[in-house]
Amino acid sequence: MTEGSPGTTGTAGKTRAGGTAVTAVTGSAEESASVAASVATTAITEAAVAANPLRDPRDKRLPRVAGPCVLVLFGVTGDLARKKLLPAIYDLANRGLLPPGFSLVGFARREWRDQDFAQLTYDAVKQHARTPFREEVWKQLSEGIFFCPGEFTDDGAFDALAMMLKEIDETRGTGGNYGFYLSVPPKFFPVVVQQLKRTDLAHGPEGAWRRVVIEKPFGHDLKSAHELNAITSAVFPESSVFRIDHYLGKETVQNILALRFANNLFEPIWNRGYVDHVQITMAEDIGIGGRAGYYDGIGAARDVIQNHLLQLLALVGMEDPTSFDADSLRREKEKVLKAVQLPQDLARSTARGRYATGWQGGQPVVGYAQEEGIPSDSITETYAAIKLEIANRRWAGVPFYLRTGKRLGRRVTEVAVVFQKAPHLPFSKDDTEILGHNALVVRVQPDEGITVRFGSKVPGTAMEVRDVSMDFAYGESFMESSPEAYERLLLDVMIGDPPLFPHQREVELSWKILDPIEEFWASQGVPEDYPAGSWGPASADEMMARDGRVWRRL
Amino acid sequence: MTSFMLSDTTASKISAQLTHLRHQMGSPAVGMVLTLVVVCDEGEQYDAVRAATEAAREHPSRILVVIGRDPAEPNRLDAELRVGESTPGEVILLRLYGELTEHADSVVSPLLLTDTPVVVWWPRHSPDVPAKDSVGVLAQRRIVDARPAAEPVKAIAGRARSYVPGDTDLAWTRLTPWRSLLAAAFDQPVGKVKKGVVEAAAGHPSAPLLAAWLGERLGAPVKVADSPGPGLTRVTLSTAAGDVTITRSDARLATLSRPGQPDRQVALARRPTSELIAEELRRLDPDEVYEAAIRRVARSHKG
Repeated sequence: MTEGSPGTTGTAGKTRAGGTAVTAVTGSAEESASVAASVATTAITEAAVAANPLRDPRDKRLPRVAGPCVLVLFGVTGDLARKKLLPAIYDLANRGLLPPGFSLVGFARREWRDQDFAQLTYDAVKQHARTPFREEVWKQLSEGIFFCPGEFTDDGAFDALAMMLKEIDETRGTGGNYGFYLSVPPKFFPVVVQQLKRTDLAHGPEGAWRRVVIEKPFGHDLKSAHELNAITSAVFPESSVFRIDHYLGKETVQNILALRFANNLFEPIWNRGYVDHVQITMAEDIGIGGRAGYYDGIGAARDVIQNHLLQLLALVGMEDPTSFDADSLRREKEKVLKAVQLPQDLARSTARGRYATGWQGGQPVVGYAQEEGIPSDSITETYAAIKLEIANRRWAGVPFYLRTGKRLGRRVTEVAVVFQKAPHLPFSKDDTEILGHNALVVRVQPDEGITVRFGSKVPGTAMEVRDVSMDFAYGESFMESSPEAYERLLLDVMIGDPPLFPHQREVELSWKILDPIEEFWASQGVPEDYPAGSWGPASADEMMARDGRVWRRL
Repeated sequence: MTSFMLSDTTASKISAQLTHLRHQMGSPAVGMVLTLVVVCDEGEQYDAVRAATEAAREHPSRILVVIGRDPAEPNRLDAELRVGESTPGEVILLRLYGELTEHADSVVSPLLLTDTPVVVWWPRHSPDVPAKDSVGVLAQRRIVDARPAAEPVKAIAGRARSYVPGDTDLAWTRLTPWRSLLAAAFDQPVGKVKKGVVEAAAGHPSAPLLAAWLGERLGAPVKVADSPGPGLTRVTLSTAAGDVTITRSDARLATLSRPGQPDRQVALARRPTSELIAEELRRLDPDEVYEAAIRRVARSHKG
């Protein structure tokens, strides 16, 4: 299970805001919305903005509010729906970002009536919502909660859904705009998507939009990603498919763009002339929990590197986009993913491991092989480290090291840009003995912020230089007022603003990077054990040592 | 929370004490993004500080509270410093006595955070020309509030004369949810609005502002009418197809009705001062839409 996904602690995935840099991000995102308006053809809201006399680009107080629409949620009883999606919808309503008449339809195999689903939503909101519970907000939301019982294979159920949506259009003025959120395992996608096509729900009348939202995994290799895409794209155009990678909804991840492109301080040194290497890490302290069925056969690289870490790599490595609309941003990300090259010798530049019984954070934990439901012949890795290069003028010769693992020392996700040593030191060797590399670290979670590490003189008569850290923290107490990743992403779906969603081309490029590595690993037998609570297998350290580098101790 | 009193002190002593307190707490870094100066009297101090510290959760700030005391006393500056967990930034209460009450800027100016925006907020009594006030001149943004004024509508109408970019009024901030809802209602085509009425409790300063904004944007006459309240109660916009109305009688839940569509309920609660301040701190650039609205209020008030 990845960090921030349901099942981890309540704070997982919470982002914090505050600080000028964040304001800049929201500012540019909102401005880009108006830029995107000219590009987007599907977004009725943006078209309507132009026609609405009460909207004025100078009027920055008015938030981006979604247009009238219905959100249809498949898989309402899942963890994701209860812990993230339903609370996020309430939080949006509480912030006044949902349109009057917004309606939520749940679809599941339960003998439920509307009020049962409303009760489930109520409980989920009470338990997990970020913003305080307010009776009047709940009243507004609960008026628009509906439930449609049925099986995915049951034609009748989808006919009933189509009828229900038509009725909601009439009673609540939602104008035929529907978003379908498939919070279900990918094996159900074909049948649900076909049902949407059969009932003609996939294509709206003139002026109305239909969008489909899918969650990772987007396949388990290039071929399956193709197949999965064929299913959705046969029915929905690419512009109506929103792939959620919740990492991209995080403030800190969006802040990478602000850091790089709103400042003049970092960009001049953001290249092979100054950067020694880049380390992108996502470490988790938890094991696989009860997800053996999903995780075994998938492993750490497919679960995390293919989506989150390669997206982070793309944001850190890309050139500056011409604007922040979806097209320009995705084009730059694609370019850098296309330029990614695998090392010649995969045995020497990748490492994988699997946690063994040990102690994690003061508690004894079982090894992966002993987890319930793991077959004895499993060769799935729970730790993966790979070295990649980006073959372009900016990055040639600068390795990007990506690592992820479960049951590591602690939970941390960060991007560290490690700079070269100063070309000449006018100090004696002894003076700078303990001076390391300068580094700029974007801490994605927890404790979001940015750290800059540099050498500084130790007070005293001798000229001794030592590493110190300069820290920008998003702060401890601002988190309650800054939105969750899912709030941002759900709102973007309803507004039709896609920059924060990966394009199918990015998904396929990522698989092209990972597939050869997975193929190689498949022939290597059981991964090397590492004790739970440690920082991964010895082979990962050896891989760095061969390059004369070390992993940052986290 | 660490609280520290300094009596008969100076700005530099306060500054030194702040640095000392920060070091003692082990966090010498300054993560604050702006200075918020609150100018009020002793009676308003508690509520204002509460709202400002709440808002500081979103915008970590140094909050300077300037409290004018008896001008007949000998000159004297007392300070109360609050640094700690319940407040993300720092709160400094400054009590001014004697002739010093006329020279608050000499205390405030050295205590502003370096090279970051300054916002001044007068919770009740505001100067006639905020931008020319000795403290107001230090700030990029000047927040006043017409509601507690003796004649709120007249106060709003007077704002246009002294307007300098960066001025803003909480009577305008209170309207954002209403304006947002109205704008959302217009996201679906409504048709040409012929006339409109804004109903509110008598003398409510937000009502003429809302009417002015609607009139400005829709190019139609929008009147203000009195209602029992509380606050704003109804907006009616008449089109050829019928009336678009938003009605709110309990200050919490509103009903949106429009021709040919069923009524819908929308949460539209009045917001606490802390949220209004947080909204003001979010954008520090001049609010041109507000300027247009007060200019229109001023024109119609004369006529």
